[in-house]
Amino acid sequence: MNADRIANRVVAGGLIAAALLLAGCSIEPWVKPYERERLADPIMKFSRDPLADKHREHIFDVREAAHGATGVQGGGCGCN
Amino acid sequence: MAVTRGRRETPAFGRSALARLRGIVSRCIRALAGARVQPADGARLAGLLGGVLAAASADSAELPEDRADTMFHLYDGGGVTALGPAVLIRKSLFDSVSLSGSYYVDMVSNASIDVVTTASPYHETRTESTLGLDYLYHDSLISLSGTHSKEPDYSADSVSVDVTQDVFSGMTTVNVGYTRGWDTVGKHGLPGFSAPANHWQYRLGVTQVLTSRWLMSLNLESVSDDGYLQSPYRVARVFGAAVPERDPSTRTGRAALLRVAGDIGSRSAVRAQYRYFWDTWGIGAHTAEFGYSRYLGNRWLLDGHVRYHTQDHALFYSDNFTSEMTYMSRNRQLSSFWDAGPGVKATYSAGRVWSRFDLKVTTAYEWLRFQYRDFTDIRTGQLYSFNANVLELFVSATY
Repeated sequence: MNADRIANRVVAGGLIAAALLLAGCSIEPWVKPYERERLADPIMKFSRDPLADKHREHIFDVREAAHGATGVQGGGCGCN
Repeated sequence: MAVTRGRRETPAFGRSALARLRGIVSRCIRALAGARVQPADGARLAGLLGGVLAAASADSAELPEDRADTMFHLYDGGGVTALGPAVLIRKSLFDSVSLSGSYYVDMVSNASIDVVTTASPYHETRTESTLGLDYLYHDSLISLSGTHSKEPDYSADSVSVDVTQDVFSGMTTVNVGYTRGWDTVGKHGLPGFSAPANHWQYRLGVTQVLTSRWLMSLNLESVSDDGYLQSPYRVARVFGAAVPERDPSTRTGRAALLRVAGDIGSRSAVRAQYRYFWDTWGIGAHTAEFGYSRYLGNRWLLDGHVRYHTQDHALFYSDNFTSEMTYMSRNRQLSSFWDAGPGVKATYSAGRVWSRFDLKVTTAYEWLRFQYRDFTDIRTGQLYSFNANVLELFVSATY
């Protein structure tokens, strides 16, 4: 009896999870894939040239106290 | 009772899900049929395909583009000149793996105010090598990298792992990452001196498609440092007398960066970003940047930006202490100051060479002004300030 209840709860939970998953999969993007052409242009990228970004990040890293959250690893010493 | 309710609800969930699934499938079929029944409408079909491909590169997880870059970089300001070459090569394998390697050289001539007032100018070279591997698995991109940086009195090693995942039909991209760093601090003329510094970085980022023209992202990062976080050369001042600086051996900083980019038509875009940083040393910093990019003809891409940074000094910073403290620093990186400046970048697309490489040549220049609020030039007694020039020349080939 107890096992049945547990099994039923597992089944019900699984169904709820499956329903939520299906609902999640069917979320309608308000910007359709074919409407994202402009977003793919290089001028829309926050970081376009990795070497130049690294150089710039290092310059500020060793002269300013603030760092982080830019997605670019500065690296190296603290010499300024 | 629970069983009965479960039996009643199960088909209901099933019907609802099936109906949704049927709706998705039928929409896909209609879209495909629509494209098929109008074969003459080439422009529309090309637009649809182009849009889908573009969307893939805009938002879907994908491997970074194969590329090779070579760069000359220069920084000149405040008595410091740092210049050198840098190279980067990235190549994908098996459609799901991308390998990258970079090598970066900084040849430094240092006659900064710290050096000329307490020591002698010097020259040294720093080299930095990075190896990376990106692995694409469905909608996830897993990135691993390791970096080794070396100079005569300082070495730094770090490893990073990042996972990027697309969710909500590619409308949202989530990134989590971790970096662990190990530094070894040495001292010129003292071969036995070696002190460790450890670093831990945790980051979380979300990029969101707002409209067909606007994107935004929010990135958070926590950085914890432990060990020898001061300089073995730098001195603090107490009543004008020089004493070795003493920094705390732990520090935790947090940064939140908000970025927005928008296509404003006429093949141009604007972007804005703001970062707030705060740490356990009492420093609070604001950094803002605004940029504009525009294509000129088919060959040129021009970028311009202005950047402004301002920060408060650390709790244990003073230009000249009036009493002996446990922690004392006169590191101007921890002082109260602002820096700002404009920058420009021009990229020329040279087209395809050797029928395989798309070549781009870029020149970037940035002018910076540093103005200190509580750091004086002890030679003059005036608040210190300086200007700096930053130059980058690089050639990029994608293939």
